[in-house]
Amino acid sequence: MFDALLPLTETQREIQRLARDFAREHIAPFAAEWDRDQHFEPSLVGKMGELGFLGMLLPETYDGLGLDASSYLLALEEIAAADASAAVMMSVHNSLPTQMLLNWGSDAQKERYLKPMARGEMLGAFALSEPDAGSDAAGLRCQAVRDGDHWVLNGTKAWITSGTYDKLVVLVMARTDSPDARRGSKGISAFVVTPDMPGFGVGKKENKLGLRASPTVQLVFDNLRVPAENLLGQEGQGFAYAMQSLDHGRLGIAAQSIGIGRAALEAARDYADQRRQFGQPIRSFQAIQFKLADMATRLAAARATLHATAAAKERGERVTQYSSICKLFASETAMFVADEAVQIFGGYGYVKEYPVEKYLRDAKVTEIYEGTSEIQRVVIARELYV
Amino acid sequence: MSSDLATARPPLTLLSEEEIMFRDAVTALAEGEVRPRVQAMEAAGKVDPALTRQFFEMGLMGIELPESLGGAGGTAMMIVLAVEELSKVDASAAIQVDVQNTLVEYPLATYGTDAQRQRWLTRLTSNTVGAYALSEPGSGSDAFGLTTKATKVDGGWRLSGAKAWITNGAEAEIFVVFATTDPALGYKGITAFVVEKGTEGFAIGRKEDKLGIRASSTTALHFDNAFVPDENLLGEVGKGYKIAIDTLNVGRIGIGAQMIGVAGGALAAATAYLKERKQFGRALAEFQGIQFQVAQAATELEAARLMVYNAARLKDAGQDIAREGAMAKLYSSQVAERVTSVCVELFGGYGYTKEYPVEKFYRDAKIGTIYEGTSNMQLQTIAKAVLR
Ligand SMILES: Cc1cc2nc3c(=O)[nH]c(=O)nc-3n(C[C@H](O)[C@H](O)[C@H](O)COP(=O)(O)OP(=O)(O)OC[C@H]3O[C@@H](n4cnc5c(N)ncnc54)[C@H](O)[C@@H]3O)c2cc1C
Ligand SMILES: Cc1cc2nc3c(=O)[nH]c(=O)nc-3n(C[C@H](O)[C@H](O)[C@H](O)COP(=O)(O)OP(=O)(O)OC[C@H]3O[C@@H](n4cnc5c(N)ncnc54)[C@H](O)[C@@H]3O)c2cc1C
Repeated sequence: MFDALLPLTETQREIQRLARDFAREHIAPFAAEWDRDQHFEPSLVGKMGELGFLGMLLPETYDGLGLDASSYLLALEEIAAADASAAVMMSVHNSLPTQMLLNWGSDAQKERYLKPMARGEMLGAFALSEPDAGSDAAGLRCQAVRDGDHWVLNGTKAWITSGTYDKLVVLVMARTDSPDARRGSKGISAFVVTPDMPGFGVGKKENKLGLRASPTVQLVFDNLRVPAENLLGQEGQGFAYAMQSLDHGRLGIAAQSIGIGRAALEAARDYADQRRQFGQPIRSFQAIQFKLADMATRLAAARATLHATAAAKERGERVTQYSSICKLFASETAMFVADEAVQIFGGYGYVKEYPVEKYLRDAKVTEIYEGTSEIQRVVIARELYV
Repeated sequence: MSSDLATARPPLTLLSEEEIMFRDAVTALAEGEVRPRVQAMEAAGKVDPALTRQFFEMGLMGIELPESLGGAGGTAMMIVLAVEELSKVDASAAIQVDVQNTLVEYPLATYGTDAQRQRWLTRLTSNTVGAYALSEPGSGSDAFGLTTKATKVDGGWRLSGAKAWITNGAEAEIFVVFATTDPALGYKGITAFVVEKGTEGFAIGRKEDKLGIRASSTTALHFDNAFVPDENLLGEVGKGYKIAIDTLNVGRIGIGAQMIGVAGGALAAATAYLKERKQFGRALAEFQGIQFQVAQAATELEAARLMVYNAARLKDAGQDIAREGAMAKLYSSQVAERVTSVCVELFGGYGYTKEYPVEKFYRDAKIGTIYEGTSNMQLQTIAKAVLR
């Protein structure tokens, strides 16, 4: 749907097809069950890795596919259309930890982590938020203290996507300034953390409205010992790295939103064709046609904006503002479209036998994570004056 | 003079002393008895029978009915107040009360014979839950396209067919059922019957697994040559469509009440949270971008409440409420959806979890635009009235 708006290259088409086929076979048939059971399917990681979906933006030297942003976002959209939970795992991994390692990691770090991450032998996670520091991420309190050739971390990270997976690589943002000389966002550094490090604990798992097949957990660090060589880049730069990466992450969430929305539109389109009331398919009613039209219009606009931004990013433009625009508009579009899809299904939209109520539950998170809609608006308005 | 006018026409939201007493009693029940049970009922997918007993004891299961029938001798406005207060805490508990009053007791009281009223309403006000069965798998918006067939036999009727989506289906023992006595007559063949649980050939189907109002049972009903005696015919043969429409007109005011309750419950939870939660060294309530969203939500909720209260007071004044009821239901369900969605957002990540109440309010709100006529069907009714 809406592909005519994008001048897709042969490679992009191929990646899209590959992702669509994979999602149809390995994800879509199980999505409802995983949602019901809050089940994270660990074998997905390996399977996605084999196809290269966990190293889409990494160069071939690190076993990646070395693809452009649009190819990656097209693939992500296909996965999200099958299951938003699988998509967020893929999005966080590709957009955040792997990009941070690629951009600011040492050669040794890249060698050690990026290859297994690209192959799906290790999965990436991103730990910025804390129970009391969400929108105000720079207010985080997890403390790192240097102890010989280690850093010792204490604190609790909240909402960590994929956090229960055992072969995890977590990019953790923690304070390296001292409590009596706080340096704000400049007092934050990034660390590469794995669950085998002593002091690493997994805390409570969130029971959520949607995205239920994606484990969201607290990570609890109790004198977590991180080797000094696992500091990423420069001390005090962690927050800046995280923010720059979120520019990329937000494009991923926009693609996820569009995937959810597209699935909802396709389901509603087909249902409106089959369901008959008053002796005719309900799509013959103008009220249904206009809903479908509005859904399609917003989705097409969201998708075009996303891929225009991806192209700008490929050209090396600064896309902070556009990333936020993409994320804000796509997430609100996903909500609008999923909601209208439920409405078009009538009573059937309200029950778990049909997929649309799940789309609605899943869509809601896209307005919250990687910066709430309010925070996107703050960024977009601020960037108008940059 | 002007003060006379003010007493003659009190503001919609100014409650009488009796209304205040009644509302406060329901609020106390909602806080004291419903709230502690919400999570367990949600998990079990069932309204606690002990709670239902309390609804009966308090008179909530027959608010408008006369005391001679075991009712509380109240008003439509009091039904609205009860449903609103209960919905602030749990929309599932509220819909049990709402359906009993508006969809079951109203048509029985209005269209039943004295004997029928005595027979069923005394039970419905004291210990028996009822249900209203119009929809079918193939006929929802097109309710009068129903195919459940009633065939005349000696001494009564035989019903065959299936009903879908019946609220209170799992608990109910008295069902108001719509069937066609002659499909060739279209809506003029539709006839209302009262069917009791335990009738041979009548079975309750499985419960739906739903997005929201999960503690409220929604079941299918199956009729396989079920015998219904002549004395269970409600109103006249072929006049069931009138009963169905008239009943839903009243019912929609109740759904409006449910929706303003749900939105009110969510907004109360959010405003408390916004004053507590700090980011950037300030309470969230101090950000203009938050304040204005709350203000907008509160304003829309107030407008919806006025529409619902006005529809109820019109009904109590004996006025036609088809248009006002449809408008109140349409608008309040849209407002509930918007307000609860904003409230989830205002809680940030916490709003997305089951530890806080707003995600449930959001899921519960979504039913308002679907049942007792989807929003499109309300628009159709309103358009007819406006363009007439
Ligand atoms: C399912 C899920 C997965 C997640 N995954 C991750 C992850 O992998 N890694 C990670 O680090 N984090 C993750 N998060 C955390 C997410 O990014 C935060 O929830 C989000 O940033 C919001 O923070 P908060 O929940 O603390 O809300 P708060 O910051 O408390 O916000 C509450 C409300 O206040 C508003 N608000 C806050 N500040 C302002 C302001 N200045 N002006 C106007 N309004 C404001 C917000 O927009 C929101 O409406 C995840 C969250 C969820 C729900
Ligand atoms: C939880 C729950 C509880 C319920 N409780 C009861 C109950 O107690 N008793 C009972 O009898 N029923 C009950 N219902 C059924 C409910 O009233 C119907 O689901 C509702 O009327 C919609 O019918 P439908 O589901 O068949 O949707 P459809 O009628 O198939 O509608 C599908 C879509 O098409 C639209 N549409 C249909 N016709 C038109 C048209 N002419 N013009 C424009 N748009 C149109 C609708 O608005 C909707 O968007 C309940 C439903 C639910 C989900």
